[in-house]
Amino acid sequence: MPKTILVFAESRDGALRRVALEALGAARRLAGKDGAVHAVLACSGGAAEEAAALLARGADVVHIADDPSLRAYAPEACIAALGAAMDAVRPDALLLGHTAMGRELAPRVAAAHGAGHIADVTAIEASDDGGDVGFIRPLFAGKAFERRSFTPGAPWVITVRPNNLPAAEPVEAAERKGTVQALPFTVPPLYTAVRSLVRRTGGQLDLAEADVVVSGGRGVRSAAGFEPLQALAAALGGAVGASRGACDAGYCDYALQIGQTGKVVTPQLYIACGISGAIQHLAGMSQSRVIVAINKDPDAPIFGVADYGIVGDLFEAVPLLTAELQRVRS
Amino acid sequence: MLKIVVLLKQTFDTEEKIVVTPEGVDERDAKFVINPYDEYALEEAIRQREKHGGQVIAVTCGPERSQDALRTALAIGADEAVRLDSGKLSDDSASVAAALAAVIEPLKPDLLLAGLFAVDSGSGSVALQAAERLGLPHASSAVKVDILTAAELMALPAAGETGPATGQNAERYALVERDVEGDTETVAIPLPALITAQQGLNEPRYPSLPNIMKAKRKPLRTLTVQELPEEASLAAAAPRTVRTQLLPPPPRAAGKRIPGSPAEQAASLVSLLQSEAKLL
Repeated sequence: MPKTILVFAESRDGALRRVALEALGAARRLAGKDGAVHAVLACSGGAAEEAAALLARGADVVHIADDPSLRAYAPEACIAALGAAMDAVRPDALLLGHTAMGRELAPRVAAAHGAGHIADVTAIEASDDGGDVGFIRPLFAGKAFERRSFTPGAPWVITVRPNNLPAAEPVEAAERKGTVQALPFTVPPLYTAVRSLVRRTGGQLDLAEADVVVSGGRGVRSAAGFEPLQALAAALGGAVGASRGACDAGYCDYALQIGQTGKVVTPQLYIACGISGAIQHLAGMSQSRVIVAINKDPDAPIFGVADYGIVGDLFEAVPLLTAELQRVRS
Repeated sequence: MLKIVVLLKQTFDTEEKIVVTPEGVDERDAKFVINPYDEYALEEAIRQREKHGGQVIAVTCGPERSQDALRTALAIGADEAVRLDSGKLSDDSASVAAALAAVIEPLKPDLLLAGLFAVDSGSGSVALQAAERLGLPHASSAVKVDILTAAELMALPAAGETGPATGQNAERYALVERDVEGDTETVAIPLPALITAQQGLNEPRYPSLPNIMKAKRKPLRTLTVQELPEEASLAAAAPRTVRTQLLPPPPRAAGKRIPGSPAEQAASLVSLLQSEAKLL
């Protein structure tokens, strides 16, 4: 059954986030061949490039909400723009990335529109015959999974976890029939006054979206001990994470923590260095595609989930690995 | 004086293994705790009360066992607790939010605090849906919270490039440092509002023995969905989503230990990642 799907196309620093294209890919599958995929961009001062990128990947209509109230991020302004798009498009479903922004916008938009919300979706089971659509999502950070469905009669709001669903493929230039239109919306009273934004990640890729994560535990022994891990991550174009042990010990910021408390990551490659593998850490990373563990203790539980294990000293193994990668590449 | 409502959920201890059975997740012998993110919210509520005076009310939606989480909250320092019995309620976030909003509404809190998400369902949806129903603004993922009067907020150094927001005209404000995917954003929002707690907001305290004894005499009410106003109980009875299956995680195939000297191990690993894992 053809559906109308709306995608919130989140951008960051003037570029579409990859998860926006993953949401668009999911929207195209959910919409079906004869359905319609709408995307909404929230910006201040134009978003022509982002709109073009969405059209190139099969969006049928791109709605641009362009207003100074959308410059500094106030959730209520974004919610108003999304609400206007919901009213204009009346979609069967709204898709967002399960990002800092998507996580807080989706529940409010769902509640405002009487919709259901299924969060942090990692796979979608859609049948072509219009049957029940199943949304697979982790519970207990991946120690279990559930399949959820929407009950009939209300719109759907879905947030999709970055790095799990295939991004929308580009469509042939001849088949691009999408259009761009302005999305008028009434700016609500703005409650949130943004006073400052401090970039602490230094342009590092968000952990949840990184293809490669190099992660350190208590075995790293100090803040300085993370330097070889950073070098390895840089060589792989990845991000650095940490276990709760390393964060509790003060070696690094809690923003880097991976686990059931902290972030859940599902990169293509996860390299655990000096991490024993407490059950709450395993929950946060064991769905990664390929896992490498480097640990001195041959009995460390991390080896139980690792595809490749190196029993050894991380301070010896990690720099050798970085050097080997650079040698192979050159 | 601040009236603070904290939303809590009782969850499995994060060190617990999860065993999926045909009847659901096996709860036998499991250790239950206050959801770690809600512990930060509770601690923050108590600290704000210690600073500004007022009252902390812990609210949960859960089965009878979640009474223990509320007793713990009272022992940690909450003044009162309310449990909405989840017996007749679905696990759908819209249903739970509708019911909880109806529990919170008559309490008229100045500040609503909750964890960023619960470590079991992981959705982080209920508190925000409740805020939407209650018409409260929010600041999510807080790592620092200061409650200021309007005059105190005005006296702060100028707020960077953005001026004061148009909707602000309140007696009190929350100045909140938020963790945004590793970056830190500072926002001011007027009270009443919802603030969700991120890890690192504070260091939650443990209940002392005398306080555990005292907690036994603190008021703890239980409500059922039927006792809520009709509109809320109807919304709560109309779940928007249902679980159709509970699954264990897909098993991982046994891995390989890479032999050899450290240099040989590095070389073999890179080669395996390329040839076998098709990476790099």
